[in-house]
Amino acid sequence: MPYVLASAGFTPPGPSSFWHPLIGDGAFAVTRSMFVVVATVIIIGLVMTMTAKRLQLVPTKGQFAVESLYNIARNQIGVDFIGEARLRPFLPLLVSLFLFILLNNLAGIIPFVQFPSMSRFGYVVVLTLIVYVVYHYVGLKKKGFGGYFRGFLPPGVPIWLVPVVYPLELLTYFVTRPLTLSLRLFANMFAGHTLLLVFALGGEYLLLHSGNIFLQATSVASFAMFIAMTFFELLIQFLQAYIFVLLTAYYIADAMAEEH
Amino acid sequence: MDGSLNVIGYGLAAIGPAIGVGLIFAAYINGVARQPEARGLLQPIAILGFALAEALAILGFVLAFIL
Repeated sequence: MPYVLASAGFTPPGPSSFWHPLIGDGAFAVTRSMFVVVATVIIIGLVMTMTAKRLQLVPTKGQFAVESLYNIARNQIGVDFIGEARLRPFLPLLVSLFLFILLNNLAGIIPFVQFPSMSRFGYVVVLTLIVYVVYHYVGLKKKGFGGYFRGFLPPGVPIWLVPVVYPLELLTYFVTRPLTLSLRLFANMFAGHTLLLVFALGGEYLLLHSGNIFLQATSVASFAMFIAMTFFELLIQFLQAYIFVLLTAYYIADAMAEEH
Repeated sequence: MDGSLNVIGYGLAAIGPAIGVGLIFAAYINGVARQPEARGLLQPIAILGFALAEALAILGFVLAFIL
């Protein structure tokens, strides 16, 4: 199908489909994703403060929904990985990361918004940078400089393997972890949204511009795939927010751990 | 999307992580089937393993665009 479309003048979606300057142009343009990010911050702030102001013993529907999300970040991730005793200083980070990423991802399939802001790499880099600084700071503060760097080595490594294993562990802590943490979220949102664009734009082109009754009939299949993939995206978007927070908790716990 | 050879390469590169993710969830399902009460314990571990295996596919995806 893409071949047929390409020969007929269809431009398939690519990285350029994610550049939507609304005000101005160039490096200082105000883009669509900025509006999404600001809107999600305002929504999270309002909803959380409103819910926290009128907490009830018997929760209303809204309070129950907010509490469920909080429960995922706190009990399912935080308590499991970091442990209840040491969780308190990291709880705000985990919960706000989870809510922020979840809402920004969901913006990819909310009608009329339909732009996952995490498909722009810059936002993900900032989030990863926060996590990166936090887990190194926590580890250095807990164990001191020497202890922290000694702690990279897994216990039980034979002495002759140390020169091989230690550089690999250093690479893991300083390069691989932030790289994969940021790329995972970015690439999932980018690929998922591109997939949706392929089916939506392809279906639209087949229906309106192909001028062939048989090709127009196949647009139904394209739109059906678009709807199916939208539900699949919902799952992926939730899962990616969950995984980002889960790995954050894991890295923090690992930096504080006495032994590997 | 230009550079169709890159995309073919990415498709080949994704086979490995795909098998890995399949094995991880197969083990998770096996574990839960044998001991349903261990579900809460196994779930974060399974998702952690999934995330680590998926990282390889993600690196390939990014390289397919960059190279």
